[in-house]
Parts: sequence; C-alpha cells; structure tokens
Amino acid sequence: MEGLSVADANLLMYLHPSKSRNVSQSILRELGSLPFKFNETFDGVLLAYDVNILDKQAKILSGVHPYFGLRLKANLLLFSPKPDMLLEGKVVKLSQESIHVIVLGFSSAIITAENIHGEFKYRTKDKEELFASKSHKRHVIKVGTMI
Amino acid sequence: MGLELPKYPEMEEDQVFNFTDSEIVSHVKQALASVLSGDNNSYNQLVGVMHHSKHLAPDEVALLETTLKALAGAVSSIDITYHDSLLSAIFCMSMWNYGPHVADALAELIVSLAISNGKYLDLCLGMLVSNFTPPPYFLDKLKMPHGLERKGQVLSRVHAAFKKIADYVPLAPLRLLTIVLQGMPTIYHKDRAIVIYVENMLKLESGEIGELVGSTILMAVVDRLIELDVEIGWDAILQDDFSKGIFEMELEDVDDIEESAEPDVGEFRLSRKSLAGNSIAELLDNLLVLTFEHLESCEREGRLAKVFETLLQSFQVTVLSAYKSKFAQFVMFYACALDPENCGMRFATMLADLFVQDSQPQPTRMSAVSYLASYLSRAKFLAASSISSMLKRLVDWCLEYCEAHDGDINPNAHRVFYSGCQAIMYVLCFRMKVFVDVPRLKSELLIPLEQVLKHKLNPLKVCLPSVVEEFLRQAKAASLFTVCKTFIFDGLLESELSRAFGGLERLDTFFPFDPCLLKKCDSFIRPMFVFWSMVKPTHDDAFDDDDDDDGSSDDYLVQDFVNENEDIMNDEFGKSFDEQGVDMDDFDYALKKMSITPKATSNYKFGGRFQEPARMPSRIRPSTSPESL
Repeated sequence: MEGLSVADANLLMYLHPSKSRNVSQSILRELGSLPFKFNETFDGVLLAYDVNILDKQAKILSGVHPYFGLRLKANLLLFSPKPDMLLEGKVVKLSQESIHVIVLGFSSAIITAENIHGEFKYRTKDKEELFASKSHKRHVIKVGTMI
Repeated sequence: MGLELPKYPEMEEDQVFNFTDSEIVSHVKQALASVLSGDNNSYNQLVGVMHHSKHLAPDEVALLETTLKALAGAVSSIDITYHDSLLSAIFCMSMWNYGPHVADALAELIVSLAISNGKYLDLCLGMLVSNFTPPPYFLDKLKMPHGLERKGQVLSRVHAAFKKIADYVPLAPLRLLTIVLQGMPTIYHKDRAIVIYVENMLKLESGEIGELVGSTILMAVVDRLIELDVEIGWDAILQDDFSKGIFEMELEDVDDIEESAEPDVGEFRLSRKSLAGNSIAELLDNLLVLTFEHLESCEREGRLAKVFETLLQSFQVTVLSAYKSKFAQFVMFYACALDPENCGMRFATMLADLFVQDSQPQPTRMSAVSYLASYLSRAKFLAASSISSMLKRLVDWCLEYCEAHDGDINPNAHRVFYSGCQAIMYVLCFRMKVFVDVPRLKSELLIPLEQVLKHKLNPLKVCLPSVVEEFLRQAKAASLFTVCKTFIFDGLLESELSRAFGGLERLDTFFPFDPCLLKKCDSFIRPMFVFWSMVKPTHDDAFDDDDDDDGSSDDYLVQDFVNENEDIMNDEFGKSFDEQGVDMDDFDYALKKMSITPKATSNYKFGGRFQEPARMPSRIRPSTSPESL
C-alpha cells in the first residue's frame, strides 16, 4: 500500500521542569499524544514510534519556566496519503450513494457514487447491499471486502 | 403565514401518492443542487420544514419524517457553504421536541452526515451532545412519566448514534470526548442541566465506546464533584462563634433558642439544616447519588476493579490535593464498600504508601494518613485483619522514625510523625475492642506502639487532646498500658501544640470520613458506616460496676432516648470537631423527657470530637442489644 513510510527523525523535545523526576515516562507520554493526528512537521499521521535518548545531558532554556530540551532519535512509522495513491481498506458500509471504508483500522474514507466505477452496479441481494460488477459476475463488493 | 408544502412531483392536495424513497431522494437532491445555480425556491421550502417544530399536526410530522429520511439519503449532495442555512436548521433541532419516528429519522440523518464527510463530524457530535439536555421548558417535566419516557427515547437514540458513528469513523470517540468535556455545564447553570448531563456522561462510560472514553469521563466527573464541594464553604457547616463553649451547651441557652422562632439563631447553626437550603449542596448530593448508582451498576457488570483504578488515580490527583474535601471522597468510600477485599484494601494501601514515601510533600502525606485513619475507623466492611495490617504498617513506620530521630518534642519539625501517631490513636479509639481480644495482635502492635508513645518526641502531648484523652482512657480500661505522666486536658479539643503540628491547613483536625451531611448520600453510606455511638468503648465496661447508683435511674430513660433519637445520636457522636450542632426540636423533646444529671460526661466527650451537651447522661448501656463490634 502506498502512503506508508518509515522515517528516521532527530527530535528535540522540551519538557516542563516538573517532569524531570521521571524523564523517560514523560518522553513516552508526550510522544503518546502524537499518533493518529495529522502532524505538519511529519507531513502525515504518526502511527508508531521507537525512541532513544541521544544525550543524557539536556539544555535548560532560559525563561519564565525553565523547560529543558532533550535530544532524541526516533524511528517513525508515518502514513501520508497523497492524491492518486493506491490505498487499501475494508468496507464497513454500503449504500447506493456511497461506500464507506476504513483504512489501516483508524482512518475512515468515503467513495461517493460519482467516484464509483461505472462497472459496478448497486444491488440488494437477500437483504444484503452490494456492488456487483457487470462484467465479472463473481466480482462483488460488500461489507467486509478489502478494496 | 401557513407553511407551503414542498411541491413533490405530481402531488395534489386531495390525493395520496406513493412515491418510492429514491424518487423523493432525487427530488431533494435536485432541490439542493438548484441552489448552486441560484434557484432557491425548493431549497427554502426544505429549510422551512426543518424549522417548523412546535405543535405539529400529524401530516406535518409525516412530512418532517419523510424529509429527514430523504436528506439522509442525499447527504453527499449537501455542501457546507451553499447549504449552511439547512445545516444550521438541522443542528439546532432537538430530539426532545419530537416523537420516536421523527427522532429516529433525525438520528439517521445525523449519523449519515457525520460519516459522509470529516467536516461535519464535530458538528454532528456537537448536536448529539447538545441533546443530552432537554430544552429549558422540558426540564420541569423530566420527573413526570411522560418526561421520563421521552428521556429514555431520546437518550437511547443519542447513544446508539454515537456507537454507529464510531463504527464507521474509528477516531470519532476521541473527538466526542473533547466535545463532551467542553460542553459540560458549569455548576452555576440555573437550570441544573448538569445532573442529566453527568447522567449521560456516565452512560457513555458504561456504553459500548466506554473503553475508549470511560476513564477521562470519570475523572472529569470527579473534577466537577470537587468543584461543587469546594463551593460549599466550611462556614455553611461550622458554627459561627468558636469561643463560646462549643462543647457545652448551657440549659439556659437551650431555653433561649427554644423560645425564639427561628431555628438557626445566634451561634448555634445546625449543620444539616443550614445545608438544607444550600442549592450547591443539593446539586452535589444528586451528583454523588448518580455516581453511587453508576458504581453499583459497574459492580454488577464486573467492571468495578477497572473503574476503581481510574477513581484511585482521580482521587490522588484531584480529591487528595483539594483542601479538606468535604463529601466528594465518599465516592471512594462507596466504591470500597462494594468490593471490600480488592478495592477496599487497594485504597488503604495506596494511602499508606503515600504516607511512607519521603518524596511526597508533607501536606500530601499528612492528608493521606488522615484519610487512612478516618477510613479505617469508619468502614464497617473492613476485616479486622486488614485494619490490623494497616495499623502495623503505621506503627512500624513511627517506630522507625522514632529510632532515627533522637530529638525532643517539636511539633513543627515532625509534623508527619505526629499525624501518623494521631492516626493510630484515632483508629484504636474506634477499633480497640478487636485488638484487645486477640493476644497476638497485642504483642505485635501494642508493644511497639507503647515505645512510640513514650518516646522523647512525646506524641501524647502534641496530638489532638480529645483523641489522646479518649485513647488513653480506653487503653487504661483495657489494661494495655499506662502512662506515668498524667495528662490534664480539661476536655480541651485542641491545644497549641496540636495546632502547631497541624499547621496552617489544620490537618490535625481533618477527619474526612466523618458522617456525610448530604441527605441522599447518607442513606447510601449509612449501612456501611461506623458511627461513634455504635462503638462500645472499653472503658464503658469498666464503669459498669461503679457508679451504679448514680445513673441507674437514667438508664431506662436513656435507653428510650437512644432508641427514639438514634438518628441524632448518630449524627452527634459521629461528628468531627468541625461539625457541630444539635437538632433542636428532637433535643428539646429528649431533654424534657428525662432527668438530667448535672455532671459532665466523660464517655462521649470523644465522639468525633464533639462533646455533646453536658446535660446528657454519662453512659448509655444498651441493655439487650447485641455487641456492636
């Protein structure tokens, strides 16, 4: 699937002085708030990370609150889909107007009727909604299909 | 100014046509699409149908339902800019105004809209959250059967909608959490919407998306409880004038008050009565009851242990750090009562752990041990073994401290130590009987305790005199040990030294689990609560044989008094130093009923540091009732 990438990152994390008692826990907590949100810096959504502290020494910033800056090296798994990329997802809902898909278990996507290939026709079979291909009888999209 | 019905294809007024759903949907799509080309007619009609919400005739209801269903099928044609008037009309709709069919259709529309485009997600979730609370005119009807039915209808649909949205948009619960927390009514909302809002929050916690949002929601609820708690000033509970004989109520004063019409005249404020009119207290009472009921349902579902972890964390972060929380801590008490072996012990262990940790700030440690002491004394559901193991921990710590510190008495320097000693003595006042009966405990616990109490640091002199006095009296009666120095307290409640170790926060007089003054809460807590009157102090037996003549005539009357006034007795004896007051009417009646002994009592001076009026009889001997411990 396109859009997934692994990246090496050099991070600089600023921590509040109150966190100095347990630094590793604070780092993990800060990083823990990042995933599943679009991040400008990474230009994508962070999915997973692996982090190492580079230096035991940290610079204290001057200012009202003496935050200290930690240098980290992290391995990041990023998801940054761009137009015209091929993505894979699971169908969770079908209607005449749209197909709802979940990509990578967290991202929801919709294919509206205009964007569904003309080859597929909406049908209701045994109370089950599906899109069936006109050319290949067995080719069917229904809830649970990976597309 | 009648409503113009939208012109569905070939519709005439007197004829009924059956249109297929898809025909109606395509008509609506056309109406929506026409806005882009400038023709707003059919679109405006659509919007008009949305706005028309009050006093709908049956055919108008049907029209609304059809329109909503059609819109649900046409969501992909809705544009956020061109159709903003339609969207705002939809988002302003309240399910509380409609019957089940329209509510269903509306819910369906909202779900379709939410999953169709990320732009609408927050707005749709926001609309659903705003349906947690009924419109203002409906709030009064909530208690009536019709209101309750409507409430059930609406809330079930709202929560089902959340689940559906979460199924198609996995990250929706995260957004929902933010919206729910932001939308929490403040405690100053006059319409008391917060009670039903919290009810919804708790429903979310136990619902299908509860795993994702539950813990944050619980913590937010506890935060709100503390906010309310803090709003109730201690002066709403305390008496005004401290200097005038707090503990001794002269008969003359009683007469004076009896004569005056107002119940809370002068210095003698009544704790419960003065809280009665307090609307914040009432609100807190209702919310606490909601929380208790929620905990009960968690327990039934077998989730209590998990929920308890969240509560524990919340307690440490919010309740423990709040200055002398008054009632919010009863949430912990109740949760522990529902599961004494796990949760009950977990709570006690957490508090003890906090106390012994040097890295914790002093007030936290002192607070923690005050909570522990009050909890161990008042929790009826705790096993003797649990209490003894906790006490042993405290005693061991105090002994270690003594051995490490060779100094003299110094209340400021050894605050944590003195609060620990006071905690031990306080618990033993309530639980002495249990330990007297078990010889092993006697050696394990009481020998090191004796060493601690007789140390140079002199905790007996520094700790709260009323606690020390009662403890010594009981210890002497149980022949545990005696102190060579006599301590003359003169029925003092507190001393300069105790104030010194208590500090500015007065942590020497903090007994957080003293009887709950909130009425509804109290009815939940009462069955699992140890009132001082239920405790049979060891020195009671000792006095049985002496003073027989002195008070025997009082005994029957006393027994009657106890039976008839158990309520106030419990209140009175269980109250802490800070809570005083006697229910005037009952007390007057009781006074008139029995003969009055002039001497000050000794037994019940302790009772939660409230010395009941000096006129009360010296002992109350339940003649036939079973052992209370």
